[in-house]
Amino acid sequence: MLAMNYRGPRRVRIDHKPYPEIKHPEDAIVRVTRSCICGSDLHLYNGNVPDTRVGMTFGHEFIGVVEVIGSEVEKVKVGDNVLVPFNVACGKCVFCQQGLFGNCHESNTQASAVGGIFGYSHTAGGYDGGQAEYVRVPYANVGPTVIPEGMDPDDAVLLTDVVPTGYQAAEMGGIQPGDTVVVFGAGPVGIMAARCAWLFGAGRVIVLDEVEYRLEFARNYAPCEAYNFKEMDDPVVFIKKITDWMGADVCIDAVGAEASGSALQTITGRKLLLQAGSATALHWAINSVKKGGIVSVVGVYGPTDNLVPIGNVVNKGITIRANQTSVKRLLPRLIEHVQNGVLNPKALITHRVPLEDIADAYYMFSNKLDNCIKTVLIPPSAKG
Amino acid sequence: MENNDYSHIPGWGIDADPKNDPTYPYRHRIERATKAPEPSDSNWERPTQQPVDIEVLKSIERPTVSAVFGTSAPPTGLSGQIRRFAFKSSESEYGHWLPLLLADRVNMVEGILDDLKHGHIPNIFAEKGLKAAWKYNRKGLLQSILIGVLVTSAAVALLSSKKSESDT
Repeated sequence: MLAMNYRGPRRVRIDHKPYPEIKHPEDAIVRVTRSCICGSDLHLYNGNVPDTRVGMTFGHEFIGVVEVIGSEVEKVKVGDNVLVPFNVACGKCVFCQQGLFGNCHESNTQASAVGGIFGYSHTAGGYDGGQAEYVRVPYANVGPTVIPEGMDPDDAVLLTDVVPTGYQAAEMGGIQPGDTVVVFGAGPVGIMAARCAWLFGAGRVIVLDEVEYRLEFARNYAPCEAYNFKEMDDPVVFIKKITDWMGADVCIDAVGAEASGSALQTITGRKLLLQAGSATALHWAINSVKKGGIVSVVGVYGPTDNLVPIGNVVNKGITIRANQTSVKRLLPRLIEHVQNGVLNPKALITHRVPLEDIADAYYMFSNKLDNCIKTVLIPPSAKG
Repeated sequence: MENNDYSHIPGWGIDADPKNDPTYPYRHRIERATKAPEPSDSNWERPTQQPVDIEVLKSIERPTVSAVFGTSAPPTGLSGQIRRFAFKSSESEYGHWLPLLLADRVNMVEGILDDLKHGHIPNIFAEKGLKAAWKYNRKGLLQSILIGVLVTSAAVALLSSKKSESDT
């Protein structure tokens, strides 16, 4: 089968790899019909996540058709069209039982801090991902969810990560009616977080980024105020100024380790890897939020340390809330929102690329070329 | 067995407020052992264990291999040796993460050697997506090439001048 093959920082190709096999009685094999490149895949692509091994296949956002099931699989059957949450979750451990499906304790041997994630390095369990024709899906009784009749596959594939992550970013913000919410980052998750902030009753939603076409997209899609931080002397002062010098009630970091905007953070975090990525967005979020406010973090960082103003967290009495998204917990509500037309995820998709052109797709997405917001990969076996 | 009887502590739990939970609503608390004895935090009915038929490096912060695990790329070669060394330290130590980053870079070279061993010359330009660069970012690509040529030329010139100095 064809599958993406990681060869080193900023080097990927398509290769023939063996078909995945059932390794566990709760496994399923899914034939992929759509997968995406996520902003967090760029941390792997750039070589910033430790234990990203050559030969691995990335891809944690995918949908497909169940082709084979293990002996203990009961919740899905061969032929089902399923969307697969990016978390590998057992449903039995104490964390899954609390709804923390992103923190499963039975899906990652290599690290205790994070649960298993498809196609996301051995630090997240060493699972091959969905940027391929076929993929092994463990715990098929828990994660895979049958796509409702009539749902557009482009909507379905974005329900595996982008929509729930944007939604959880807003949810973790504890937004109260009338709150001012600032979202750092106008990538797909940031745009979705801005859109979802309204669902929780935000009174004002502001997005900051440096890429003009993405800001324009956010303005129209969310809809919200959107500003280019490259045109500001200091984004924190800007936020203070436009919030009566109080700061925002809620700040959301939807950027993570690839943030621009601070030379010190960029050099130490992205170029020299002296910290676990550039924490510029988180730094700004902490300093832009109101005293007693909430900072919600869905941007992905590496497992080591970052330079953030923790003293200001204490002095301002800020609550920081963060997690890998618990996709399964949120799916029922979000499927409703998509079916009722409250959310329109597929509008984020700007590029549909054959899986065979994956190297070009990564280059284009990582360099934000051709007004790219979200790229969907179509495997050859799904084109018919 | 955990002791769940706090009757000897005056005032135990009198101000407990289940609604005062900053993790609401993204974490549903489960009833603690004071009301329901099972499951406790570290004692759940484990899923069937996936057979451990490949080498799986295990974090020393957990007692067992997880019930399922990925089989993407077991450790091999020099990078594998470095990874095995890294897994002697906890996730809290730089001694864990820095060797893993080093192993990743060594693994990249191993990947090229492995390609050559199998008679495959890697097409680095295609793997870097330079077709897209040529189509959408020609100026940036040419700029990068120019900078690369200038830096390489400067390095070669510097090394040659040092060599000729040492020869005289």
